[in-house]
Amino acid sequence: MPLVELAHARSGDKGDTANVGLIALKPEYYPILVKHVTAARVARHFKGMITGPVERYELPNLHALNFLLHGALDGGGTISLKTDAQGKVFSTALLRLELELPR
Amino acid sequence: MTPRPATVRIAAGQGFWGDWLEAPYRQVTGGPVDYLMMDFLAEVTMSILQKQKARDPSLGYATDFIPLMERILPVVAERRIKVTANAGGVNPRGCAQAVAETARRLRLGGKLRIGVVTGDDLLGRLDGLLARGHELRNLDTGRPLSDVRDRVLSANAYLGASPVVEALCGGADIVVTGRVTDTGLTLAPMMHAFGWRPDAWDLLAAGTVAGHTIECGAQSSGGNSLVDWKRIPDLANVGYPIVDAAPDGTFEIFKHPGTGGRISVAGVTEQLVYEMGNPAEYITPDCVADFTTIRLEQTGKDRVRVSGVRGRPATDKLKVSIGYFYGYKAVGTLVYAWPDAYEKARAADGILRQRLADLGLTFEAVLTEFVGVDATHGPLARATAPLDQLPEVQLRIGVRSPDQSAVERFTREIAPLILNGPPSVTGFAGGRPKPEEIVAYWPALLDKQMVTPCVEVVDV
Repeated sequence: MPLVELAHARSGDKGDTANVGLIALKPEYYPILVKHVTAARVARHFKGMITGPVERYELPNLHALNFLLHGALDGGGTISLKTDAQGKVFSTALLRLELELPR
Repeated sequence: MTPRPATVRIAAGQGFWGDWLEAPYRQVTGGPVDYLMMDFLAEVTMSILQKQKARDPSLGYATDFIPLMERILPVVAERRIKVTANAGGVNPRGCAQAVAETARRLRLGGKLRIGVVTGDDLLGRLDGLLARGHELRNLDTGRPLSDVRDRVLSANAYLGASPVVEALCGGADIVVTGRVTDTGLTLAPMMHAFGWRPDAWDLLAAGTVAGHTIECGAQSSGGNSLVDWKRIPDLANVGYPIVDAAPDGTFEIFKHPGTGGRISVAGVTEQLVYEMGNPAEYITPDCVADFTTIRLEQTGKDRVRVSGVRGRPATDKLKVSIGYFYGYKAVGTLVYAWPDAYEKARAADGILRQRLADLGLTFEAVLTEFVGVDATHGPLARATAPLDQLPEVQLRIGVRSPDQSAVERFTREIAPLILNGPPSVTGFAGGRPKPEEIVAYWPALLDKQMVTPCVEVVDV
């Protein structure tokens, strides 16, 4: 199942790190996100696009997860040569993730 | 002593320098508000402003602030709306003076007081600080500032809400600051209106969350909102968010009636997680806010209630934002048309890279993106795009180097490809790309006791 059917997201930057806030579209989807959208799974998803590790934080109160993607922005801010120098669309890039959910 | 208000309404007017010019006017005329809060400063803005001030000592602030204030001053004076803005950049006094002159021209002399917050600018104090053992190590790399000291262009400590509160207590109607945090500009009116103590951590955290919610303007009222975006009404007429705060730290986010956009739990959540690090430790000069304690509730159409916010004591450090000269960069683009648009763009990239190599030019980085294929989602998008059928592709290639001449030479290698490279190429109306100076950002921490904010309140 594509993650875009379970969640919405917004992303931003802090230096060379992009953050992606991933928010369950319905509260009952949140446990699915917690279980399946792990830091390791997200690191695999972004392989070749980021040079550093992935950290994950949980916000059960907002039914949201926050991911920090280190080394995502070619140096970040003004140094970066990327179109998305400020990590604005890493949000929807994460939503491309396909989850293998048990039937 | 003036009685404490039941609630205080703080309207967001600008989410960044360059935001919608109509927003501040609409915020002060669209319905009752008590404060207008405007954020102007991004991380590297201070370096640009230092350069402007070096050329002309009367500059160094966000110049767009003056015509913007000219338009709203008669309204804010009449309705007694107070303004907090970090438009002062590296010259808050110059900015305040320009506002005062504008106010006098509008015959508002004697009717307004302007507060000026300074003390954040550390550029002239850097060597003294370094000599006293404050290394200002880069928070990301751990390197000491001495590595780049000779290239530093600006250095500013992030001040919190306290000096803004002091200005408001001194009777200021308009508070112009240097590098005060975005959140402090919203928290300060609450501390002032409700008499919150500087160690009331839960209340300060609540005000900080309120500030974070509206500091990016319409990003919490339907702008850049992914959830259900197609059905968000009338963005052409979007209403910017307003905090309606209560003395107990709870608040509601709303917008003026009759405006477009949407204020929903999902949309506010998107803004809460924007630029978020560790959500349990949102560190400001005022407190440490815990975003995992926030409760959101839709209390009406375009109305979201925020409650439950917990906070912890502020740290004994201030964040310092340092801008330093890094090198040069340039980005060139060409557009290739069907058939084989992607293949042509790739071929052009290969030819360009070979020519750069043959010229003996070396760069710290060369980055190629194919807009229409992979510029936003990289290999994730390339894997599923119909690469052989794309109607058009933009080749976008950028270089970065400490060597200005190498970057300069690169900018002359784009246009020739129109006649001597792959066919069906267009889109060069902008001319040769211009080399840009890169001012890089160096975040550091400094002991709070080393920074003393300065507050002045002057009559117009």
